[in-house]
Amino acid sequence: MTFNLRNISMFAIMAVMFILVGVFNSWSTSLFILNFCLISAVMSLGVNIQWGYAGLLNVGIMGFVALGGVAATLVSIPPVQGAIAAGGSGILFSAFLTAIAIAAIYFAYKKLSGGTRKLTITAISIVSFFVIRYYFDPAVDAIESFDSAGTGNLGGLNMPILFGWLLGGLLAAGAAWLVGKISLGLRSDYLAIATLGISEIIIAVLKNEDWLTRGVKNVNGLPRPFSVPYEVDIQQSAYWIDMAERWGVSVVELSSLVVKFSYAALFAIVLLIILYLSEKALASPWGRMMRAIRDNETAAEAMGKNVTGRHLQVFILGSAVVGIAGAMLTTLDGLFTPTAYQPLRYTFLIWVMVIVGGSGNNWGAVLGGFVVGFFWIQAEPIGLWAMDVITSGMAEDSDLRSHLLKSAAHMRLMMMGVILLLVLRFTPKGLIPEK
Amino acid sequence: MTDILNAIVLLLNFLVIPGIAYGCQLALGALGVTLIYGILRFSNFAHGETMAFGTMFTIIATWFLQSNGISLGPIPTALLALPIGILAAVLLILGTDKLVYKFYRKQKSTPVIYLIASLGVMFFYNGLIRFIIGPDDRIFTDGSRFIITAREFKEMTGLDQGMAFKMTQGITIVVTIICVAALFWFLNKTRTGKSMRAYSDNEDLALLSGINPDRVVMIAWILTATLATIAGTLYGLDKSFKPFTYLQILLPIFAAAIVGGIGNPIGAILGGFVIALSEVSVTFAYKRVIAYLVPESWAPEGLVQLLSTDYKFAVSFTILVIVLLVKPTGLMKGQSI
Repeated sequence: MTFNLRNISMFAIMAVMFILVGVFNSWSTSLFILNFCLISAVMSLGVNIQWGYAGLLNVGIMGFVALGGVAATLVSIPPVQGAIAAGGSGILFSAFLTAIAIAAIYFAYKKLSGGTRKLTITAISIVSFFVIRYYFDPAVDAIESFDSAGTGNLGGLNMPILFGWLLGGLLAAGAAWLVGKISLGLRSDYLAIATLGISEIIIAVLKNEDWLTRGVKNVNGLPRPFSVPYEVDIQQSAYWIDMAERWGVSVVELSSLVVKFSYAALFAIVLLIILYLSEKALASPWGRMMRAIRDNETAAEAMGKNVTGRHLQVFILGSAVVGIAGAMLTTLDGLFTPTAYQPLRYTFLIWVMVIVGGSGNNWGAVLGGFVVGFFWIQAEPIGLWAMDVITSGMAEDSDLRSHLLKSAAHMRLMMMGVILLLVLRFTPKGLIPEK
Repeated sequence: MTDILNAIVLLLNFLVIPGIAYGCQLALGALGVTLIYGILRFSNFAHGETMAFGTMFTIIATWFLQSNGISLGPIPTALLALPIGILAAVLLILGTDKLVYKFYRKQKSTPVIYLIASLGVMFFYNGLIRFIIGPDDRIFTDGSRFIITAREFKEMTGLDQGMAFKMTQGITIVVTIICVAALFWFLNKTRTGKSMRAYSDNEDLALLSGINPDRVVMIAWILTATLATIAGTLYGLDKSFKPFTYLQILLPIFAAAIVGGIGNPIGAILGGFVIALSEVSVTFAYKRVIAYLVPESWAPEGLVQLLSTDYKFAVSFTILVIVLLVKPTGLMKGQSI
């Protein structure tokens, strides 16, 4: 980013907004929005790597966010010994069989050709499907029936949740590799449709495979990262009680502020690291090559660049960043709820952030994450207030009035759509344009 | 012998008939996607919401007719209200084209820009629909529920298994046949239809021979809005209307269009049936069918279901992946890859 007055003042205005919310509403709300925006900014950076650097359209961001959440959950929760004893070996064995089947299909794909190849691959797929199910189903039943009210899943690794952030990135990268391998190199829309599909499937798996993350029964009480204290501890510590007295706030309120602030600090560190790396990458020969490919694929190909290979690489990198953000989100919530993943909120909202911020510019993506995230949360009270003003002339018991007030929440979807369309048309370069 | 007949009836009742009805709905949806792809050359992500929007106005008109005591007897009133829904969807989509897509046509933007614009449109429609009718389930089916009930069928044939033929399924099939016949007559026989095919095949040549591009685009949008409203209403009659399901149905519709060969109308119909029948047959529990066909002692204990119904998206996705890997142009020859 060029540090000119315009760009700096936009970030400054954003900071003033948070201070205003803190002063006039409450600091707790302000920090809540800040955390939301920090995570959104990381997601938006990830999508910017795909779209801004390489022009790849990912319409399945939600799926990669969810994979990050799974990783955070599975890393941090304690293992359920009884369930592992009951079905762990069955699950392991079916995973082993799956690996063998995939290896066999790969082998057949490489060694055979023509009709024999198709026939062999189909036969291997069908036979292995039934064999794997034969071992897998009883194991799942055993796990899910073990203490199904309390756990009913295998549990996790009982490791610090921060490892889950790394694993979340790796998991999302793996899924991206699979999707990219299939759909990159074909027409550009196919990647969009394939990512839409994989994200729906990831969510379906998370909702139904109870043995993994308890499905729709949710996992709650995830442990916090080491740097974030628990409210109870703060409320009993003499130091903070003293602080609360000196600042004239109740210790309960202070504890919640401290916790939120600790999260914000942690997220800000991650954001800055990823932002630094992205900027470095963009300025390097690699970044120049990516932009060259984006701007003219044919010319880049003629120069001997492997376009499909670079696309795959950048798609994986971007998805990994989104996965890390997904793990951060689940960590912040402290619970994993597969039903909370809605495409409008986790895929299309992130798109609005990238387009509004300025595609191709990392600082723009971050600013977009902040601006759109801020208004996404504030749109609800603003919409309600606006509706209240508009309908104030109507009778208290008017049906139209109550319908309008009830529907105010949907206003923000329309607003986001309109913002996206307006920015795309009138300032397609976004708030902070690419150099 | 009766056992085999019973097994066949069971399959027809729970697999073939629902599969065909669903296939019709997907085919109509995929036709819309494929038409827009053929003429404007982008994948329209707002298509599901267009379906929902048209359906919503059909529902509102149905309520109006119902409250005035107008009905079609055994046939759902929604069919009478359909023109209102189609009109609303056509107006909305033409307005959208004028305000949004027209600009990018002038700019000669890449398909990806159109695609992002269609995401914005989808967002907007989504909010609009929820704003007007709310996010809840709406059931607007009326008239008689069945053409043949399971009991009547049992009495007629003396079999243990009944075959119910729902009114909505019958209507879906009949309406789809009419729509498809009319569409193909239009595309193959009329002057306008021929000019559309020419434009889709080779834009430059079509422009050279004096075809008006604005008119072709307008008619493509009108046809798409009409097909989308009909598909959405039939789907809503058959299942129920919930705005969110129309976002989810986008994936099978895209899969159908691509599997058939995107840009190719016959392919879209074929793709619709391939996706629908595989989705239904993979998630069907075969336990009772097998129980009829094998000796009693062999009867299976489990449901004999390949995948649980929640994974139906996985089915369309898997088929899509296989087609992309093996034959990226689709089953029928579609547009370039």
